[in-house]
Amino acid sequence: MPTDPLFQPVASEARSPRTVSLSFNDQPLMVPAGSTVAAALLMSGINRFRATPVSEAPRAPYCMMGVCFDCLVTVDGVPNRQSCLVEVAAGMRILAQEGARDLLLQPANIAPGEVQP
Amino acid sequence: MSQDVHGATPAGVIVIGAGLVGSAVAYGLARAGVDTVVLDQGDNAFRASRGNFGLVWVQGKGYDLPDYARWTRSSATRWPALAEALLADSGIDVQCKQPGGFHMCFSDDELLERQARLHRLQNALGDYPFQMLDAAELKTRLPLIGPAVVGASYSPQDGHVNPLKLLRALHASAQAQGARLHGGVQVDRIDCAPGEFCVSAGPRRFVAPRIVLAAGLGNPGLARQVGLQAPVAPNRGQVLISERVRPFLAYPTINVRQTDEGTVQLGDSMEEVDFDDGTTTPVLAAIARRAVATFPLLQGVGLVRAWAALRVMSPDGYPIYQQSNAHPGAFVVTCHSGVTLAAAHALRIAPWILGGAQPDELGVFTGERFLPDKVFSHAH
Repeated sequence: MPTDPLFQPVASEARSPRTVSLSFNDQPLMVPAGSTVAAALLMSGINRFRATPVSEAPRAPYCMMGVCFDCLVTVDGVPNRQSCLVEVAAGMRILAQEGARDLLLQPANIAPGEVQP
Repeated sequence: MSQDVHGATPAGVIVIGAGLVGSAVAYGLARAGVDTVVLDQGDNAFRASRGNFGLVWVQGKGYDLPDYARWTRSSATRWPALAEALLADSGIDVQCKQPGGFHMCFSDDELLERQARLHRLQNALGDYPFQMLDAAELKTRLPLIGPAVVGASYSPQDGHVNPLKLLRALHASAQAQGARLHGGVQVDRIDCAPGEFCVSAGPRRFVAPRIVLAAGLGNPGLARQVGLQAPVAPNRGQVLISERVRPFLAYPTINVRQTDEGTVQLGDSMEEVDFDDGTTTPVLAAIARRAVATFPLLQGVGLVRAWAALRVMSPDGYPIYQQSNAHPGAFVVTCHSGVTLAAAHALRIAPWILGGAQPDELGVFTGERFLPDKVFSHAH
């Protein structure tokens, strides 16, 4: 298992030195502001984002463009977010998506009828 | 591939159509040891078999035609045997589960109409178990039910399968039993000679003494060529597919079911829109609203897909099963309940095609009932 991050920002693209702090599975991380959650986690050396619902196989992002649904994580209590489509924010609490979500454990911070982005 | 001197592929039976109907019949034929060729149109076909809901459903069907209720039941009771045979032949578990099913009602009138319908079926068939449940009784059976549901009918006869696994299992099993499946074959013409049918598809030809038309919406044009009537037309159904969630629903219902892999399927729309198999927002919204009214915990579920498919409907909604009088050996098999009836198609239709007696229930399902001098009902 490699220990160094496989992903580095392209030097010419890394314009902002600004970072935000967030956590993945309660591990604090400093990541570039403006990046997607998927990019930020990959850059931080995270290579297991979730376990599949059927076989519990480990998964990491694949397409990075919203199509493959392999980058699912729980963001601030909302399960099955596509992390390649979510921008990082300070204080974000991210958890690996362990298999299928449980509808019986609805996140308390989601108001009834609220449309998910 | 064996070919005769004229370049045609010979077979014992040719089945046109490799959807759920054609491949179930072909599986039954191949199991009986007959050299079976199955012709499948291609990915540009309408393919009702890849859009359906997966119910093995009995309750309420055939309330004005008891032979259809009998035929449906005869398939549901044979489903465990079919599932076991498919597992043995293909290694695919199609997840047939028959714990009984619920039909939810949202008004007292709906509940009364439901009760009348099921009583009528029980009177006609005798052994026809069902229960009417009021809101409180339903809540004890399905604690997650929503307050808008005033009651439901439950029948232990109902169940469901994974329909995509079923199609794959039928193809794999039929081929494991020796059937030859040809993909991308667009049938142009059927020529009838005494004791021989010749199917032309572009430069290819297939010949056999028996032929089964199971081409769904392609059947009207094919049936005419062998002296049969199959006036089927499309009826659109739309479906919503959720993200995978942990099991919360152990029973199929008419509009919400959870697959073995956690997906929730929401459905039950019917529209006559000719050959348009697109989705529309108002219908999908109505499907979603009804699902959330049934199980309010679905309110926050993520939806990952929506699709529409075209049911294969005859004018009275019932199947057409018939051997041609003009060209014996040619059969039409068409219906819109390809999942529920798969066991009957594999285990009862196939022996009939091979020269056995026609199953008793099928006498009423000729295509001639739709000829202009006949009167028929649109109820189904």
